[in-house]
Amino acid sequence: MQINDNLEKSEFKPLIVAFCCNWCSYAGADLAGTGRLAYPADVKIIRVPCSCRVNPMFILKAFERGADGVIICGCHPGDCHYSTGNYYARRRMTLLFSMLDYLGIERGRTRVEWVSAAEGQKFSLVMNDFSKQIHQLGENKKLGDIRCKKQQD
Amino acid sequence: MQKTAGLIKKRALELLDDGTVTRVLAWSRSEDFIYEVSPTFFDKGNIDKMIYDSFCAANLSKYLIRACKEQTEGKILAVLKPCDTYSFNQLLCEHRIDREKIYVLAVPCTGMIDNDKLKKAGFSGVTKVIDKGDSLDVFTPDGSRSVAKKDVLLEKCLCCKGSEPMAYDEKIETDSKPFETQDRFACVEKLEKMTPDERFAFWQGELSKCIRCNACRNVCPACSCMKCVFDNPGSGVASKANSDSFEEKLFHIIRAFHVAGRCTDCGECSRVCPQGIPLHLLNRKFIKDIDDIYGEYQAGRDPASRAPLVDYRSEDAEPSIVEERGN
Amino acid sequence: MYKISKEKLSSLFETISERTPLYMPIMKNGQSDFYLWQSGDEYCDSELNTVRSAKDLFFPQSENIISFKKEDRKITVEANEDSFKKFVLFGVRGCDLKGIEVLDKVFLAQPVDEFYAAKRDSAVIITAACSRPEETCFCRTFGVDAAAPGGDVTTWSDETELYWRPNTDKGERLTQELSGVLSECGDEKVGEIRSAIASKLEKLPLRDLSLEGWGESTVEERFDSENWEKLSESCLGCGACTFVCPTCQCYDIRDYDTGHGIKRYRCWDSCMYNDFTMMAHGTPRPKQMQRFRQRFMHKLAYFPANNGGEFSCVGCGRCIRKCPSRLNIVKVIRAFGGSEK
Repeated sequence: MQINDNLEKSEFKPLIVAFCCNWCSYAGADLAGTGRLAYPADVKIIRVPCSCRVNPMFILKAFERGADGVIICGCHPGDCHYSTGNYYARRRMTLLFSMLDYLGIERGRTRVEWVSAAEGQKFSLVMNDFSKQIHQLGENKKLGDIRCKKQQD
Repeated sequence: MQKTAGLIKKRALELLDDGTVTRVLAWSRSEDFIYEVSPTFFDKGNIDKMIYDSFCAANLSKYLIRACKEQTEGKILAVLKPCDTYSFNQLLCEHRIDREKIYVLAVPCTGMIDNDKLKKAGFSGVTKVIDKGDSLDVFTPDGSRSVAKKDVLLEKCLCCKGSEPMAYDEKIETDSKPFETQDRFACVEKLEKMTPDERFAFWQGELSKCIRCNACRNVCPACSCMKCVFDNPGSGVASKANSDSFEEKLFHIIRAFHVAGRCTDCGECSRVCPQGIPLHLLNRKFIKDIDDIYGEYQAGRDPASRAPLVDYRSEDAEPSIVEERGN
Repeated sequence: MYKISKEKLSSLFETISERTPLYMPIMKNGQSDFYLWQSGDEYCDSELNTVRSAKDLFFPQSENIISFKKEDRKITVEANEDSFKKFVLFGVRGCDLKGIEVLDKVFLAQPVDEFYAAKRDSAVIITAACSRPEETCFCRTFGVDAAAPGGDVTTWSDETELYWRPNTDKGERLTQELSGVLSECGDEKVGEIRSAIASKLEKLPLRDLSLEGWGESTVEERFDSENWEKLSESCLGCGACTFVCPTCQCYDIRDYDTGHGIKRYRCWDSCMYNDFTMMAHGTPRPKQMQRFRQRFMHKLAYFPANNGGEFSCVGCGRCIRKCPSRLNIVKVIRAFGGSEK
């Protein structure tokens, strides 16, 4: 699986991985699409059954493979399809993000947003905003595996 | 300490004799070096080899997982220091050990010696150590010298959680004096105050020493998975060496995360690391965050409590708190 | 015999590293290990042994073997050329050198391991006599002379000087290149240093450790001994002993999927791990006792049986210091030695 060819080009084009809950944000992305609301092509969506399916390993693996930012989108607290999944995800992600910060990784590279299936507009806004933030932070140099970078060969 | 050791041995022998227990889990020493102390199972035949002094740092609770499976009848006498009882409780809470098969003899502790620190302090060929409260008299073939406890104790003992055992069937009490302890989060705060680049450089330097020997994982009472994800060839992360600086970070972040909320801060990971990586700084960061964000929680204090990562409140902080908090 | 003032060591290192990469024990983050010397780095003489032994330079913990690159439908294969660069290794202890000689028997025997052989050919090894042997040292048991360790060049040091004696052609060539910084001298002083070390070695606690009863002929009797169960009781199954050992040589070969190709690398493996020797039907050593027994039987019985009686332990004492449960080869040797101390 190859997910970052962008680095060869001079202009920085970030790679953003968005883990989206099947029951809300993934549908939100669909709604944004059908509503012709634009969100950056930098964002690659991975559908998960619930935000709490996102294991910290997924996030680290995304960075390993060259992601510059990772965003997790789930149902609003209280609205989880499985009642409580997003509550657990919220605690896990809080602690994980804090740990990444502790290791010296830029704070803005990770984010959690609650986007419902009805919020196509919010999905588009969130992704635009996050992409802007990653553009400002620049390339992720601290948390990738150099073997995955193409120019290393 | 010598008196305590005598009391423990006497009690262990009595319990073996009256059939309360069939074997004893404690420590023994080889005769070559004073620090060569290994966890050992004893029965009536070798109980005279049992020792207890300030070199018995090893946390015995993890050995109970295997011992419980092997134990078909009778009980195991587990000699546990106060900090080991936290791990014991945590293992109970996770159903990894069988309370019915274990008889806990809680023993007092006055701090355990870090042999590397002893070596750095210039001691070689140590033959005897006498505890004097805040200091130790260390005997070598060249004579004896006094050294401050805070200079040679293990990190986990400098930040001792207290002399009260959290679980026991019976406890041995002595009039041992408590010694001065440090704030266990001071070292975490020091790192938090650095800039991200400084922190990154700090961890890069420390974690690049990692040789992936898995000693931290295998000694950890919270790492009790039957098969670790890092040993599972199908996981895509089962590299046996850190071939890239990313892999050493991945291993240690995931390991620390997996024990977050369950880690009792027993400090065994830092004690056994052959490269002296301060792994407790990762675990304590999680403990500190949990305390700050979700309320104070000490894993292993109460086996009936719910660990913070398998619990939630609807009013919990949002993950953005990490960015907003600043420092 | 040559000498150089210890104050001028950095100019010696500078001169060597101008031509060839130079590796030596350097203290980083509180631990001494072999690192590439760069201007300003200080040679760490205070620690007797590095955490990882000098084997790391010849048989690294992780080493690329081959890369496969995929572009469209074409796959190209590239060999790893890193192994063929010359380098100089400074400050190797006698035990570590002996460790490399043990590895030679494994990797240079047919079929020759090309990666290892290339590094062996391209390295100049400069050893350092142990002015301050440690209490955990028992190299004498395995025939190592810590007072005159050998290699391409042997060095001795006292308070102020470093003495330098080339032993081989490679060592002579390097010495000639360094004629600007080294000065010739007599060898009286070295004689003194050697006898001082010898008398220190006499006083070490493990000086009389005997291998009596060990060796090729004792395999079966040892294998079935009841001692193993007790000896291995507190083994955690980590790889600390194997990874700090100068003679452990087991490795695994793995593929890393980079997303646009494969990097095939080999890395250290440990017979103490439960997935070592894992096969389709499972593992032939399901118990930790069996894995523990394998490690020590290999060093003390199987290896001698295949290598003319030579043991694959060198007495560096690393396992004594590093095992989390304080198990080590000395305990094993003693447990079968008849006179259990």
